[in-house]
Amino acid sequence: MRAFSYERASSVEAAARAAAQNREAKFIAGGTNLLDLMKLEIEKPSHLIDVNGLGLDKIEKARDGGLRIGALVRNTDLAADQTVRRDYGLLSRALVAGASGQLRNKATTAGNLLQRTRCPYFYDPNQPCNKRDPGSGCSAIGGITRQLGVIGGSEACIATHPSDMAVAMRVLDAVVETVKSNGEKRFIPIADFHRLPGDTPHLETTLERGEFITSVTLPPPIGGKHIYRKVRDRASYAFALVSIAAVIQPDGSGRVAVGGVAHKPWRVETAEAELNKGARATAAALLADARPTEQNKFKIGLTERTLGAVLSEARE
Amino acid sequence: MSSAATVAIAGAATGVCAADIRREIVEEQTKVVFEVNGETKHLTLDNRTTLLDALREHLHLTGTKKGCDHGQCGACTVIVNGRRINSCLTLAVMHEGEKITTIEGLGRPGNLHPMQAAFVKHDGFQCGYCTPGQICSSVAVLQEIDADIPSHVTENLIAQATVTSAEIRERMSGNICRCGAYSNILDAIKEVAGVPA
Repeated sequence: MRAFSYERASSVEAAARAAAQNREAKFIAGGTNLLDLMKLEIEKPSHLIDVNGLGLDKIEKARDGGLRIGALVRNTDLAADQTVRRDYGLLSRALVAGASGQLRNKATTAGNLLQRTRCPYFYDPNQPCNKRDPGSGCSAIGGITRQLGVIGGSEACIATHPSDMAVAMRVLDAVVETVKSNGEKRFIPIADFHRLPGDTPHLETTLERGEFITSVTLPPPIGGKHIYRKVRDRASYAFALVSIAAVIQPDGSGRVAVGGVAHKPWRVETAEAELNKGARATAAALLADARPTEQNKFKIGLTERTLGAVLSEARE
Repeated sequence: MSSAATVAIAGAATGVCAADIRREIVEEQTKVVFEVNGETKHLTLDNRTTLLDALREHLHLTGTKKGCDHGQCGACTVIVNGRRINSCLTLAVMHEGEKITTIEGLGRPGNLHPMQAAFVKHDGFQCGYCTPGQICSSVAVLQEIDADIPSHVTENLIAQATVTSAEIRERMSGNICRCGAYSNILDAIKEVAGVPA
């Protein structure tokens, strides 16, 4: 691990200012992904700003009837929250489908959104990777791609976003609340938060340098049946091959997003009009522009069948 | 000549104030005070020191094991402020004022924690390398179920979570045992939880 200086931030504004002053500074909260990457020298911050002392760990009712989740709420606490379990069940389900008990005790709400891809080529410093080393090329294209993206990718990158939580938040239309280094507040709909790779796969979110996430808010509950179904290579503690987050209403209408297939949680609002026609039509509309590889084209069929299982469960 | 002095002279030659450079060197270390197994510890550590390395290399509590060092195996599991975490994926300096319990703090020969005694009774290990992490994790798992924290296999999110084999297996998935002592580990945990094997 490279040497770095360390400070414990005294306020949100001070943290954002400190980060804006040093190009190589990083915030650290749970640290479960950042330290992993620092040990591999994939992340090389020269300064760490520890934000764990800033509070921001409350889950509160929002004025509009929604829910305001502090950026530092741990994954365990968010999954266990009674309001989340009752009114936003798929968020609880998505959280407990991810990582291990130990990691969920440290990992935070904001950190989960900001975690990096687990593409094996990104994680191997000996291989070219446009995300780790812009312009060096993509080793995944033409390589081992079973886990990787099937839609929304580019010639530069076919990595997936690894989060389960973010897929549920995409269905729930969450909004990410931030403070910029100049003190200005910003509200970013989750649909606009993560980027597709394009020519700049190293840019993964629309956050500016030093911009600090303070909370994630959920709109008022929308009812319906909440389902998160994750398909993976082992029964627990593995990333998704495909996951489906869905809220299905009694009349068969609803919302659906797919994890494990793209550089961001994959939701196509117009495809949801097909839900009444069933899984095949909906999956076809969701993945109409898919460009899978020979090794990961199974994800297309798997998405359809997983969605089929979700819709059956919704009718039970 | 010490290396610090060499740096200071080199800095002076390029017009950088020697005091600034000395500060940069000092800033790579941070003081931290935390409690380990009931004892207050004052440490000044290189910022890069993980909690795991602080426990093993600085405090000589070698019960906690380093397996993968990347949060994948669970051998380094300790309990911090009542919660199990991977001590390899956290910096020691981030634990100012916190209370850390390691396997040594749970119990000692002659005065074993019930979970330690149950692992011995049920032969919940072979080589023993993952065992301290397995035991710290097990103790915390039963507390998590008591605290009504749901898991991936909890059928009803609204009902209180219960101790079942499926719940224990799922919640222990962050602790790998390459000897494959899983079925005996499960028996040990169930005995402590008071559910029939």
